[in-house]
Amino acid sequence: MDVELLEIRQHMGRFPPFDGLSDDLLDAIAEQVEVSYFKTGSNILELNETLNELCYIRSGAVEVYRRNGELYNRLGEGDIFGHFSLLRNHKVSLPAKAIEDTLLYFIPDAVFQRLCEEDDHFADFVELERPRLETAAEQQKKSNDMMVTRIRKLLTRYPVMVEVSTSVQQAAQQMSEAQASALLVLKEGSDNPRFSFKDSEGQTWQMCGILTDSDFRTRVVAEGLSPQTTVGEVVSSRLITIQSDASVYEAMLTMLRSNVHHLPVLYRQRPVGVVHLSDIIRYETHSGLYLVSNIFNQSSAQGLARLAPDVRAAFVRMVQEGANSQMVGSALSTIGRSFTRRLLEMAEAELGPPPVPYCFMVNGSMARNEQSIVTDQDNALILSDEFVPEQHDAYFHALAKIVSDGLDACGYTYCKGDVMATNAQWRQPLSVWKGYFQDWMANPTPERLLHSSIFFDLDSCYGEDLYVETLQDLIAETAPKSPLFLAAMARNALNRTPPLGFFRTFVMEQDGKHNNSINLKRRGTAPMVDLVRIHALACGSKAQNSFQRLNDISKTQLLATGMSDKLSYAFEFLCMSRIRHQMIDLQEDRLPDNNIEPENVADSERHTLKDAFQVLSNAQKFLKFRYPMPAQRQGR
Amino acid sequence: MFGIRPRQKITQADWAGYMAQRAQQAASSAIQQFFSTPLPDPETPIAEVPMVALDMETTGLDERRHAIVSIGLVPFTLNRIKLAERRYWVVNPSRPLAEASIAYHHITHSEIAQAPDLEVILDEVLAALAGRLVVVHFRNIERPFLDAAIKARRGEGVLFPMIDTMSLEARLHRQTLWARFRRWLGRPPVSIRLHASRERYGLPAYQGHHALVDALATAELLQAQIATHYRPHTPLKDIWC
Repeated sequence: MDVELLEIRQHMGRFPPFDGLSDDLLDAIAEQVEVSYFKTGSNILELNETLNELCYIRSGAVEVYRRNGELYNRLGEGDIFGHFSLLRNHKVSLPAKAIEDTLLYFIPDAVFQRLCEEDDHFADFVELERPRLETAAEQQKKSNDMMVTRIRKLLTRYPVMVEVSTSVQQAAQQMSEAQASALLVLKEGSDNPRFSFKDSEGQTWQMCGILTDSDFRTRVVAEGLSPQTTVGEVVSSRLITIQSDASVYEAMLTMLRSNVHHLPVLYRQRPVGVVHLSDIIRYETHSGLYLVSNIFNQSSAQGLARLAPDVRAAFVRMVQEGANSQMVGSALSTIGRSFTRRLLEMAEAELGPPPVPYCFMVNGSMARNEQSIVTDQDNALILSDEFVPEQHDAYFHALAKIVSDGLDACGYTYCKGDVMATNAQWRQPLSVWKGYFQDWMANPTPERLLHSSIFFDLDSCYGEDLYVETLQDLIAETAPKSPLFLAAMARNALNRTPPLGFFRTFVMEQDGKHNNSINLKRRGTAPMVDLVRIHALACGSKAQNSFQRLNDISKTQLLATGMSDKLSYAFEFLCMSRIRHQMIDLQEDRLPDNNIEPENVADSERHTLKDAFQVLSNAQKFLKFRYPMPAQRQGR
Repeated sequence: MFGIRPRQKITQADWAGYMAQRAQQAASSAIQQFFSTPLPDPETPIAEVPMVALDMETTGLDERRHAIVSIGLVPFTLNRIKLAERRYWVVNPSRPLAEASIAYHHITHSEIAQAPDLEVILDEVLAALAGRLVVVHFRNIERPFLDAAIKARRGEGVLFPMIDTMSLEARLHRQTLWARFRRWLGRPPVSIRLHASRERYGLPAYQGHHALVDALATAELLQAQIATHYRPHTPLKDIWC
């Protein structure tokens, strides 16, 4: 490598998509670079001019605009532009201007095309929006498959192994020394290839069986055998093993199925350890599954509240093991529902059986199975139509209060908008609820719907599921035929917009202003949820989860082909970003929140987030056209 | 921005006449070729002038006692610096290499032992410079060193017009009323060295003292100077010397 080009290739090598390139390709770029200086305010690319080079910012800052003059992006050191034109017709579609004194490197089209051909990562990066989001989502899925916990992770040491000729006394002594509760019995030679293996000296051995603590009791002492009896005489020939790359879950199933507490773990045929049921239990203690069963074992609200740290531990573990946002969201929702159910059981135990049937309804993220670790409670009570307020409401008010206070103690803070069953308005018989929904859909205004859209994510948590289903049916039936309602919802969905992207250590807004941090819920996931809900309502979907809704939407003609996939990828990425930053908060002993600070966002994440914001922003613009305010009602 | 007017009129040498005369007298064919390749007219707008940034590393500062160690050059225009056309040579100075200068430009004894004498590559260097306006930072190294080295080898020296980015900086920072006022106040003069000058235009810091990197740095500096203080149609005669 020419030392004189080091300056150029080292700089490029620090920034995506060049950071993933081979040294040869980096050299090829540096060799061909052309350089030019642009004074603040000077135009770099003009609309429709011919472009045959990729532009790389060596220093300074550049703004890129849309055809209509709207700001498209603000770029700094190490960023590239012009690639959209190179991939299309070589005409500038996004003009660019220097907003600081800027030094640019121009990379000839031939080199750019070569990079696209020879480096997949580079090609993915310069393709607009979808591929990058798709790749990010796929990578998440892939790492998830890989990170299913293998049983070998639970092994802490090699197994104790003895030969068949060893006396049971010697074997017992060896176990005591090693503090092991089981040992493996071996013999030389091989008559069963399944359990034969060669040791490091090339000697062939065969595993004959396993001898456990309890075997010493039942097979040796209880039988009155002498301590000099050989292990070969007492070892059971029944041998159940598991491969070291099997999952913890498989190991657990094997134990349950065969009713054994010890499993020899093999790598191919060679024993590498013994796993005991207690190892698995210890491991699973930190899992969501165990947590849920623990919730139902609590007998007091205080006991439940003490589990709050376990919820956070389960969350961190799930993220570390590579769970995607749907897995995390549904696990946390299940945990939240379990808390709610247990509290209801406790309340019923305290207050006596309910005077009339009821359904405890959850709304918002819990109904969508998209709960995060930072969440408040949104719930309501749907009562039987036999409900007589004077006679029954005291009971349900008390019930609601026990649940709501209990949830607050467990970390599900009170709803600021008072969407809780403790609010008399949201503690009503089914017929009143039907009236609410019919009224919202028949006489909508954006203002009225502002606080009720949360009810359009609804699911039963406890009690008479049928009540919620009745409401879901009603909505699915009515909403698609209510253009004014959809238009009002669409209007509200545009209240919160995503930022344009990042610039240096700032979040950049659509108007070019800077902020120090961004609330990823308010500016990303929530507007996306709103948007998806409207399309789902329009197509009569009864799904509550956003991904399932998108799946339903994709079967209709509401969106352009491929759009719902794009939205899925973007939503997944936004959710995961939020989840990852919350995990970092937890690991660093901070209170997790929905904010992310640009300095904590890696370069690759920045680019993908920007793409996700872009997808959201475009989808929001489409919403306006898809669900316009019907003309005759516009004056209202 | 502001057209900077030099306080004293720069005397415009008659470069065209000088070069035509040298072309007639030249004994060496490479030198004859060099001088007979016409330069842009002094009235040519700077944006249309083909240029080449030149930098040399030397064993010291005195052309009578020291020698050239390396030469780097990059052809460019006001619009584009063409790295693909860059040239770089290490040459044997056939004069002892001071340890101090090794520390400075990082060219070692063994590299130089392998390198040819300037004579071997001189024709190539002259061909690369011919017809282009040479741009340097501090002409009082490049001009006398090149002249002396060629005179020693071919019996005739080579002089040609140059744009000196350092003297352009000096016009701005050393010869203005404001600069004289600063001096009167006893303030240290503004640095017009390559690195410090680049910094004023927001140009990145490069690893200095490599002839080619410095040539690139000089080319970028001239682009920045013209973009800031002159115009694309400023005539060449206002800038060269």
